[in-house]
Amino acid sequence: MAGFLPDWVLVIKSVLISIAAIAFLGPVTMMYLTLLERKVVGRMQNRIGPNRVGKWGLLQPLADGVKMLTKEDIVPTPADPIAHFLAPILIVVPALLVFAVIPFGRGMTAVDLNVGLLFFIAISSTTTLAIFMASWGSRNKFSLLGGMRSVAQMVSYEVPMVLSVVPVILITGSLSTNDIVLAQGGWGGLKWFIFTPWGLLAFIIFYLCGVAECNRSPFDLPEAESEIVAGFHTEYSGMKFALFYMAEFMNSFTISALAATLFLGGWQGPVLPSWLWFFMKTYVLIFIMIWFRGTLPRFRVDQLMNLAWKFLLPLTLINIFVAGFWYFAPNTIVRVLMSAGVLSLSFWGLQKLNQGYAPEKRVYQFGD
Amino acid sequence: MMEKMFEVQDPVNHDTQTLQVNIGPQHPSTHGVFRMNVVLDGETVVSLKPVMGYLHRNHEQIAENISYTASMPYTDRLDYFNSMSNNFAWALAVEKLANLDVPERAQYIRVIMAELTRLVNHVSVIGFLLNDLGAFFTPVLYAFREREKILDIFEEVSGARMMCNFLRFGGIKRDLPAGTLERIKEVIQNFPKFLDEFETLLTKNEILCMRCQNVGVLPAELAVNASITGPMLRASGVNYDVRKADKYSIYDRFDFKIPLGQTGDVYDRYYCRVLEMRESLKILQQALRDIPVTGEIISKKMAPFVKAPRNFKPPVGEAYGRVEAPKGELGFYVVSDGTPQPWRYHVRAPSLINLTILEDLCIGHKVADAIVILGSIDIVLGEVDH
Amino acid sequence: MIFGTGIIKGMLVTLKAFLASYFKGPHEGGIFTVEYPEKRLAEKERFRNFPFLLYDQTPENLRCVACDICAKECPPKCIYIVRDFDKEGRPLKRPAIFDIDFTVCMNCGICEEACPFDAIFMDHEFEIAGPDRQNKMLYHRDDLLKSNEYFNKIRPTDAGAIDARRREAEEKKKAAAAQAVKAKTTQPQPEPPKT
Repeated sequence: MAGFLPDWVLVIKSVLISIAAIAFLGPVTMMYLTLLERKVVGRMQNRIGPNRVGKWGLLQPLADGVKMLTKEDIVPTPADPIAHFLAPILIVVPALLVFAVIPFGRGMTAVDLNVGLLFFIAISSTTTLAIFMASWGSRNKFSLLGGMRSVAQMVSYEVPMVLSVVPVILITGSLSTNDIVLAQGGWGGLKWFIFTPWGLLAFIIFYLCGVAECNRSPFDLPEAESEIVAGFHTEYSGMKFALFYMAEFMNSFTISALAATLFLGGWQGPVLPSWLWFFMKTYVLIFIMIWFRGTLPRFRVDQLMNLAWKFLLPLTLINIFVAGFWYFAPNTIVRVLMSAGVLSLSFWGLQKLNQGYAPEKRVYQFGD
Repeated sequence: MMEKMFEVQDPVNHDTQTLQVNIGPQHPSTHGVFRMNVVLDGETVVSLKPVMGYLHRNHEQIAENISYTASMPYTDRLDYFNSMSNNFAWALAVEKLANLDVPERAQYIRVIMAELTRLVNHVSVIGFLLNDLGAFFTPVLYAFREREKILDIFEEVSGARMMCNFLRFGGIKRDLPAGTLERIKEVIQNFPKFLDEFETLLTKNEILCMRCQNVGVLPAELAVNASITGPMLRASGVNYDVRKADKYSIYDRFDFKIPLGQTGDVYDRYYCRVLEMRESLKILQQALRDIPVTGEIISKKMAPFVKAPRNFKPPVGEAYGRVEAPKGELGFYVVSDGTPQPWRYHVRAPSLINLTILEDLCIGHKVADAIVILGSIDIVLGEVDH
Repeated sequence: MIFGTGIIKGMLVTLKAFLASYFKGPHEGGIFTVEYPEKRLAEKERFRNFPFLLYDQTPENLRCVACDICAKECPPKCIYIVRDFDKEGRPLKRPAIFDIDFTVCMNCGICEEACPFDAIFMDHEFEIAGPDRQNKMLYHRDDLLKSNEYFNKIRPTDAGAIDARRREAEEKKKAAAAQAVKAKTTQPQPEPPKT
């Protein structure tokens, strides 16, 4: 067929297919992530989770979708109508856009940008704007508190997140997500960056910051339901609320996908098809996110900032240094031991320096 | 703490506005219909006014217009988590008033039920505290799994899971059905295992420690002056437990200790409750060991009034009966004028009195802490507003 | 101690619960809830929810004598009784109206305790929610009637004891009556008082 059509048609065709695939994949992913989350958290809490709509509750997301669409859309009278209306739309845009640079499998990147990673980071950080718009536009005090928390949190966590990616760029010498995956090929998976000391640390930091970026537990302060009701989306109902939800779940998918790409070798893996490897890794990471949610209480806002600025940020800076050392040092066991030593030493040191936030040991007496 | 507050709030140096937020009456974590009128400076609480009364049900006035026994089901509804200990306090008050004695077996059954209630209450309070901290329902549901087993026993014994209405003046309503003691033993045997698991999940969790330690510190002196009772007082290090101080019922026969905290913060309140549950289990084991196999369940003096509660007319006088309810000292003050209805009836509700300290605990902390402090006080709005 | 060990231990607890929900039985830490409308837990015999009026054999034969004791003892005063009268205006031993307002009733069971005629008992029925507060939630006499067989079915121990007691009392009564009749017949005629 390619022989019969002019080139520009082919370009448009491939673009359209990519767009259609992403526009389909995004919402479907989101819908089934909600089901997965409810099921997994339910199981962790000795419950079954949704099981009434369809077999194993498989049609539950559709039922939720119908419910969301048919619900009344409430706009508070004092709300700023434009900001209130635009925010839920704006929040979905970056969440969908970043799907473009994620390599789903061998040659399955929608747009193989040579600055893919930069694109991802730049686009995903604009989510803050939409969240603040929503919180400001709703004219609600809970929303405002949530919005303020969100901005503070996202700005703080953006910094260690970007810095934790730098070692990867340093080692591979490329910003393209595809190149990063290719650099981790071979040795049956042992060349994944997570199996190096700096890679492991960077992965943990990137993942934690990613969890904070998509406002999920234990960093879910902007929407802390026990404190500020629902945070920035307190005043949203119906489909607008669903859009916020969708953005959150798509973000958690893309963050997990990127973490898998950067540190877990992306679609690299033996025997199974490449896209299956990719999705397996991504869903393991998503499972851990849900697991966090099912287990952990929430940080307080000042503790959150402390963790970012006083702990994660210095650690990432040291990590960049270690990655540089790794790049130039000869490939021996000494390299591994030295970098692991430096990192654990600095981890220990930072923990000592932050002793004020560490848990105390308590002794209890018994009276008669 | 106070200095810090003014430092933050100073309007001359910082051109900022405070924000007044009404947390409640419809809010996920006010434990019912309770409103906190909070003034915030950024996230910091500058002033906090508790507004209560949304659930006011005229409890005392109703009790003054119905017979003594008819008040019993109403006491269930005070603190609906612990109906058995509410019944206990009311029964003690009237027994003092009418000078009734309680048969041996009934005494033991009462103590067993009261201590089971303490387990129910503490375990769910810790669960809900964690909910306030932001753990997505997991501790609550683990707690409810265990609570359910105890509530099943209550249902088996009294016919209702929460509104038990089981105690009567001078005894209990009915004897235990066959096999219940074995089931109670089984529950108690499995409970420490659950507590260990629960503690693994929570006690050493760094986030929980960070959130709870040195938050909402209640000094011992302030606690005594504000007449705080219960686990909250003991977390501040004051050794006061009505079970030991008053030795009501048959509590002098059991060997148990009172766990005391040192700091008086949210973490101590949490952990004192865990330790109290372990002590309660000791009492339960002893009670189950010593309980007489058969025996009277209601005093002979009271037996004729079981079928005709309105004929029960205690002599003229007054009495105050108190128990160590899971939330603190629960007392009933009753004045009789010789008629079937009490002339005056008053409840000393521990939730209400413990709640009065809320503002002092919260000022200077973040809004998230205010919620946690409220959770650690352990209120039930039915009792606060009675 | 390394920061995070407590968190990891806690996470292992939830993971254990997650796995147990698939591989363990309800008493070993697995899922212990019951799929409600299809499966139900066994009812406890003493479970009490909302009173009913008991009748022997036929609905006309109800035990209630309209003595009004339960209405007086009821703490929230949700029972309303009007005595039945015959054509001549003499009071009958049965209620003409016996209403219980379910929106007021608090299921405390004091009516059952106070009733001297074993006529009112607490039911096991609990699925009584309804959309109509004004009409459906006010139970009249005929809605409240339930047979003794039903009572025997839901609370065998209590019903058995009560039936045995009633039978005994009836036999005693019969025996007493028989004795009285016997005494009447065999008793020698008293001598007429001397004047």
